[in-house]
Amino acid sequence: MKYRSVFDIIGPVMVGPSSSHTAGAVRIGQLARRLFGRQPQHALIRFYGSFARTYRGHATDVAVVAGLLDLDTDDPRIPDALSLAAQQGMEVAFSPEQAVPTHPNTVGMVLTAGDTSFQVVGVSLGGGLVQITEVDGFSLRLSGESPALLIFHRDAYGAVASVTQLLAGQRVNINHMEVSRSDRGKLALMVIETDERVEPDLLRLIGRQQHITKVVTLNT
Amino acid sequence: MFRNLEELVNQAREAGQPLSALMIDHEAETSGQTREAVVAQMARRWQVMVQAARRGVAGVEARSGMTGGDAKRLWDYVKKGRTLTGSSFLTAISFALGTNEVNAAMGVICATPTAGSSGVLPGVLLMVQQRLQLADEAVVQALFTAAAVGYAVANNAVISGAQGGCQAEVGTASAMAAAAAVELAGGSPQQCADGAAMALKNLLGLACDPLAGLVEVPCIKRNAGGAAIALAAADMALAGIRSQVPVDEVIAAMYQIGQALPLSLKETAQGGLAATPTGCKWKELLWNS
Repeated sequence: MKYRSVFDIIGPVMVGPSSSHTAGAVRIGQLARRLFGRQPQHALIRFYGSFARTYRGHATDVAVVAGLLDLDTDDPRIPDALSLAAQQGMEVAFSPEQAVPTHPNTVGMVLTAGDTSFQVVGVSLGGGLVQITEVDGFSLRLSGESPALLIFHRDAYGAVASVTQLLAGQRVNINHMEVSRSDRGKLALMVIETDERVEPDLLRLIGRQQHITKVVTLNT
Repeated sequence: MFRNLEELVNQAREAGQPLSALMIDHEAETSGQTREAVVAQMARRWQVMVQAARRGVAGVEARSGMTGGDAKRLWDYVKKGRTLTGSSFLTAISFALGTNEVNAAMGVICATPTAGSSGVLPGVLLMVQQRLQLADEAVVQALFTAAAVGYAVANNAVISGAQGGCQAEVGTASAMAAAAAVELAGGSPQQCADGAAMALKNLLGLACDPLAGLVEVPCIKRNAGGAAIALAAADMALAGIRSQVPVDEVIAAMYQIGQALPLSLKETAQGGLAATPTGCKWKELLWNS
């Protein structure tokens, strides 16, 4: 089931004009910023498919920037996001792309702050529901509806078990999980969506496990 | 748990309950919240809908300069008392237009199921509430029946114009509104399903072809059309008229038509009304300024 709640249908409460091209775009921007863990100083935003053709009309550009500023989909400041970003020293650039994406409403972002940068791709499914489909070159399917852990690790046996054992020990239930890797034996990404929030102590413990290189959290 | 509306209607019939009651149970179960908490959340969304509709008929303008003020124009006309269809019907149309004008003006609305189709359901329900003198609690309950229809469409087909055309947005909204209106008027779960089927059937094939890609023209007036069709379908269902094609098959047909629609008619501003001389003029004006 793509849509799990009645409030995906009667909702979101949002600033118009489009649930997929405005509210969905705010949500993708917000998830990207939360995954990045800070407000970017620079954001390159690439639009594909329907987004590339109609982003001005739907204010998709304004919406993604509002999300990067961590505004919610019903925040009345959304229409002023571009000037808010300028005030806060966040530079943004937009690029409509010709490439035909798998999903018609796709946005790719390169976020930079200091010397760290982060790549993320998201799609807007309709009715405000979104999915993060790519992070730093790894494929995934992240709805952002549940708390999630993105754990970058070396592709070696025992890496997944070490994390799931720690979660089980703290009675954290996994509701969705997937693992993908760049090449055999190289870097891999496990995405774990949980029913409960994962506390900072447990996160630090996970980060110290053998093979784990980086832990990114998403709390909803 | 249900996969389609036939299953939900059967469960409702066996339980002797309206569709809304089953949908509230379903939401409480899947979210881990109490029924009361779920209903309270829906009540807050109803308040957002009411506020947006009232703001719309008071008059708003979109930044594009393309739309605004029509809900107020119609509302003023209704208040003069001399209309062809009657004030009750035009109340629904005024609020449907008004809500979507607020959406176009980047105001706060509740997507039902999408922002582009957010006027249909509030328009119909505000009118039914006035006509049948119902308390807010009854309308809030009926929103779950609307949600059940939208949920079935969303999970078995699509609800975005980019994937399915306008039929997936205004078509779905109209089906949702028809089902909710039937339940509020005392119709059976099967009549709710028939109302939804007849509404969606009348909007099959509708392209998503907005001028300059903005959710304004023809979206706002299609919300008026969606509300009108929902009311016609609801009254037909309440009169005992059945949909020859069951609602789940209508939903499947909508999905198939959406797949067959060319990209130019799916929210890309490349075909249909968007490609008319007037559409091209607005695109030129709004995209290159």
